[in-house]
Amino acid sequence: MNSGVDAPDEEASENGAASAGKADDADVPDAVDVVGVDEAVAGGSDESAADGTTHEPETQDSAVERRAAETPPDVRLQVRNLRKSFGGVVAVDDMSFAVEAGTITGLIGPNGAGKSTTFDCITGAHEPDGGTVRFNGEDITGLRPDQIASRGLVRTFQIARELPEMTVLENLMLAPPDQVGERLWRSVVPGARRGVVEQERALRDRVWETLEFFEIDHLARQEAGALSGGQRKLLEMARAMMTDPDLLLLDEPLAGVNPTLEEKLLDRIHDLRDQGYTFLIVEHDMDVIMDHCEHVIVMHQGSLLAEGPPAEIRSNERVIDAYLGEDLE
Amino acid sequence: MTHRLRPDGGARGSGDADREPSGVRGSGGDASGSDDDDRGSGDGGRGTPRGKSAAGAVRDAVERTLGGNDLAVVLATLGAIYLLFTLFVLVANDFEITTSTINAIASTLRLLTFFAASYAVLALALNLHWGYTGLFNIGVAGFMAVGVYTMGLLSSPPDATSGMGLGLPLPIGIIGGMVAAALVGLIAALPALRLEADYLAIVTLGLSEIIRLTMNSGQLSSWTVETFGFGTGGGSGLNLPARPTDALFEGGAGEALLATLTGMGVRRSIVVDAAYLFVVIAFVVGVYWLLSRVGASPFGRVLKAIRDDELVARSLGKDTRLFKIKVFMLGCALMGLGGILWQGSYGYVNPNSFRPIVTFYVFVAVIIGGSGSNAGSIVGSILFVGLLFEGPRQFGGIVQNAMELGDAPATFAGAVGPLTGLDPTPLLAYGLENISALQFVLLGVVLIVIIQRRPDGVLGHRTETAAAVDLGERPAAGAAPDASRDSATDAGSASGSGGDADE
Amino acid sequence: MGLTKALDRGRETVRGRPLILITWLAGVLLALDILARLAGVEIALAAGRSFGGSMSAAQFGNLVWNGVIVGLIFGLAGIGLSMTYSILNFANFSHGDLLTTGAFTGWGAALLIAGWGLAETGSLVLVRAAGGPSPNEIGASVIQAPIAIVIGVVVAAVATVLVTVAIDRAVYRPMRDRGGIPLLIASIGVALALRYVVQFVFGSRSRGVTATEGVRTTVAGVGVNLHELTLFVVALVLMVGMHLLLQRTKLGTAMRAMADNKDLALVTGIPTERVVTATWVLGGALAGVSGFLYVLERGTIEFNIGWFLLLFIFAAVILGGIGSIYGAIAGGLVIGLVHEVSLVWISGDFNAAAAFLIMILVLLYRPEGLFSGVTTA
Repeated sequence: MNSGVDAPDEEASENGAASAGKADDADVPDAVDVVGVDEAVAGGSDESAADGTTHEPETQDSAVERRAAETPPDVRLQVRNLRKSFGGVVAVDDMSFAVEAGTITGLIGPNGAGKSTTFDCITGAHEPDGGTVRFNGEDITGLRPDQIASRGLVRTFQIARELPEMTVLENLMLAPPDQVGERLWRSVVPGARRGVVEQERALRDRVWETLEFFEIDHLARQEAGALSGGQRKLLEMARAMMTDPDLLLLDEPLAGVNPTLEEKLLDRIHDLRDQGYTFLIVEHDMDVIMDHCEHVIVMHQGSLLAEGPPAEIRSNERVIDAYLGEDLE
Repeated sequence: MTHRLRPDGGARGSGDADREPSGVRGSGGDASGSDDDDRGSGDGGRGTPRGKSAAGAVRDAVERTLGGNDLAVVLATLGAIYLLFTLFVLVANDFEITTSTINAIASTLRLLTFFAASYAVLALALNLHWGYTGLFNIGVAGFMAVGVYTMGLLSSPPDATSGMGLGLPLPIGIIGGMVAAALVGLIAALPALRLEADYLAIVTLGLSEIIRLTMNSGQLSSWTVETFGFGTGGGSGLNLPARPTDALFEGGAGEALLATLTGMGVRRSIVVDAAYLFVVIAFVVGVYWLLSRVGASPFGRVLKAIRDDELVARSLGKDTRLFKIKVFMLGCALMGLGGILWQGSYGYVNPNSFRPIVTFYVFVAVIIGGSGSNAGSIVGSILFVGLLFEGPRQFGGIVQNAMELGDAPATFAGAVGPLTGLDPTPLLAYGLENISALQFVLLGVVLIVIIQRRPDGVLGHRTETAAAVDLGERPAAGAAPDASRDSATDAGSASGSGGDADE
Repeated sequence: MGLTKALDRGRETVRGRPLILITWLAGVLLALDILARLAGVEIALAAGRSFGGSMSAAQFGNLVWNGVIVGLIFGLAGIGLSMTYSILNFANFSHGDLLTTGAFTGWGAALLIAGWGLAETGSLVLVRAAGGPSPNEIGASVIQAPIAIVIGVVVAAVATVLVTVAIDRAVYRPMRDRGGIPLLIASIGVALALRYVVQFVFGSRSRGVTATEGVRTTVAGVGVNLHELTLFVVALVLMVGMHLLLQRTKLGTAMRAMADNKDLALVTGIPTERVVTATWVLGGALAGVSGFLYVLERGTIEFNIGWFLLLFIFAAVILGGIGSIYGAIAGGLVIGLVHEVSLVWISGDFNAAAAFLIMILVLLYRPEGLFSGVTTA
């Protein structure tokens, strides 16, 4: 799988490099903010080949570049003093935590503890009232969801959001960042389209490998709306992996998934962690969090109650109190 | 009639999807029939109401015969409509094949094709907005008006008597019209695209009415300086440049050809109009080609994602605002073009041509063909023009002539009164006399029935894959694609049973 | 502290939402201009334009009164549109044609009674489809045939309710859970079918219906048009009635609950289908009466009057905030006043455009409406 995810990346950037000769001005204003060091990475300029017809602010930066240039810092995500209220109701109050690179971190808490709001604030669905969110060292507080996602922080949804009238293949093809064909003129102008087609071929290969990895390749040609709930969860994760994220936020990835599929999903998450991916998981199922996460964050009434390794959390008095009435074992 | 128009193997075999976008879409570029299977299973899953009714059986038969080839479907539809109208004309002329009958047939078919082609351009543009991206724009008429009026103002002759324009060359006028429509679209899009679909509908309808009222205003109708005039003409309309094809028949080979044809008894107007018709058809092909390419690309993929669930697209890092603005501008430019090709071709235009009803016509065309399908938009335009726009009128005329119903009653009361005496003739005569009203009623009813029962359009659920390559092709190392697919299906059905069973 | 905060907010507005500021400035300028005109002050500006001018109080009062009259129509019709929009979750594009339905059926009844024996029944019921006796001969006015007008109002309401409920059963009910856009498209279909059925039955001719004799009179020294006054009174009575119905009855509570949160209403056991029907009944009745009153005020009838009103009614509803009947009324008055008072500055070619423009601006910058947050009802 490792080669499965990475090799096509190289291919993609090669394709890009091949077409880079024509318009080679590396004016990626945001790239400086995003990564700081890697403007010089080979292939870095091609993706941003200046768009002659439209004034598209270039905010995206490919995961490939980031990965290649950077020795990942230990802390992927740093949330400090996050606050969010709706009307008079404080949903998140002074929440702080960090997610280390290469871990599976669990975020738990009783219903209404503010987990989902925290997720929404991190991913840009809500703008926090206060506090900061830093991702890979960069302050991403208050950015738009697409800006945050394009920096490598990608989420899934509590209720899987497939793109119902697109096939599973199309769902996955959508995800990779910086597709040259996402520029209108490149899709249309005959000469320019060649590069698009080449990249599409490379992406297609990667899509099939990802589908095989998640064992949903037999569904590839179906419309996503026809999938079962569990299959949608797999689809959503596969789609998120197609962005090659630095950190994947999974919102209750096992909700509504049957036990067989649950095992499969968890295995995949472990495989991917072993390959160096980082996960932050919100999950109701205590056992899952305790068995599968290296680090557990417990939220209660909008703020941090406890954090630490599962064993520690399991025996934490305050956590047990907060969950009184809920089954910890 | 076009039985054997199956997807030809040549374009497919090369695998060069870049060169042949239509080969990628529709039939997935492989004749093994596996695509039909896919479509079938997709349909089943979506729960599309697809009973084994007679209509369904006919549709299936047609689908099988035509092999899902878009061009074949379009040509077959057109052929069927041609047949119908030929029949109309023949009936009206008591099946006497004379020069005048043939002229009448030709002229009827030309008119039909002209309307169908004009609507096709507009429907394709609207399909880009609504079918592809989910942007519910019901201001089509307004963008058409901007296109036509801009073209007129740029290209009509600059003397105050015959024109109110700048006298620039026509291509500049056309491009200017498209750019102007796109810019008006941009102004509307910048704030409006974050609105919910129904709000966008009201804003665009309001905008189109504002545009029409502005064109209708006497205040902008003219500024005349000496012999130089400029203005919209207000309610009395604006003179437009003549169709460029008309000049082909003034002198040279064109005039000779025209003389020969008229010598053979062909009506002059048929020849001259037909020349322009070919131009419009060429534009339809061009717009279809353009939009197919847009659809079958990563750009089109993002559009589809915006339509399906915009938050997902944003959560995957797509700046959907930019996509929406671009696609809105492109669609508006094409609406401007559609307006120019159609309303711009009469040498004269007035604001009444851009009432909101025109927008709804285009909508009906898109809905009939099934929103989200480019080929469907063209088929829908043909069916709309044939069966709803021109058909009832022709049919009514024929029945009226054939039945000799006498004078129609002046009012509805006069028509229903005799019903008490079991005499339906006056009502029939009244109905035929007022067939244009009934035609609109029919239009409304068709709209309701389609949206209720066949929301995917009369052609059923169509998929036009949003990718520049055939996604179904698997990168199986060493193995032939088909073999790998089969084995994958086997493996899949084993491992997938858990997933299937979980609900 | 308070002051700096206010200043900050002001600065934020200037920077973040300059359009709001411009709108306010423009509004203040226009108000000052009206004051200057009324005071007869004129300050010459460049290019032959001037600020202020002269306008008599009577002229201005006339514009305001006209604005109130059309505003009441927009508002009264808007109540129904607003209710169906919030309770059924779709923008009903056939609402304007419900006004047309009410206008024709109501006036058919009114003319039949006022002109009984003067012309053929058919001609009267069809609202003078083929001419016949002139409106003044028939004498349908509040002075000459008050009973006919009252019956006309009732018939307009009842007939429109019947049509509305029938349409709901045939068209909207089977697609209740299909979402806003399919319903909106279906309503466009309904609008077309309804409008042209009306045209088919009643004809396409625009014609006069009301008698004008004695309608303009002076009451206590002020010139009034009795038909406008009737409209004013009936509209106010109906609006108060709606208010009482929504606030004081169980049905009203259920309707407000459904407008607020449909799912919650379902859970709490509100019989949604009955509430939906009640919504159509009320909305249809008000639309029918609005159509009838509009023709009473205007004097002429035509098959597409309702369609022409639709955008204004939408504007009223959007301005007031969808789901609020008070918003719809207030929004109607604002749109009506904009439509008429804007004539001070712009030609009659553009006053409709001005009203639509205001609607668009509100949708863009305050989609929750100008009067939202007061009460939903």
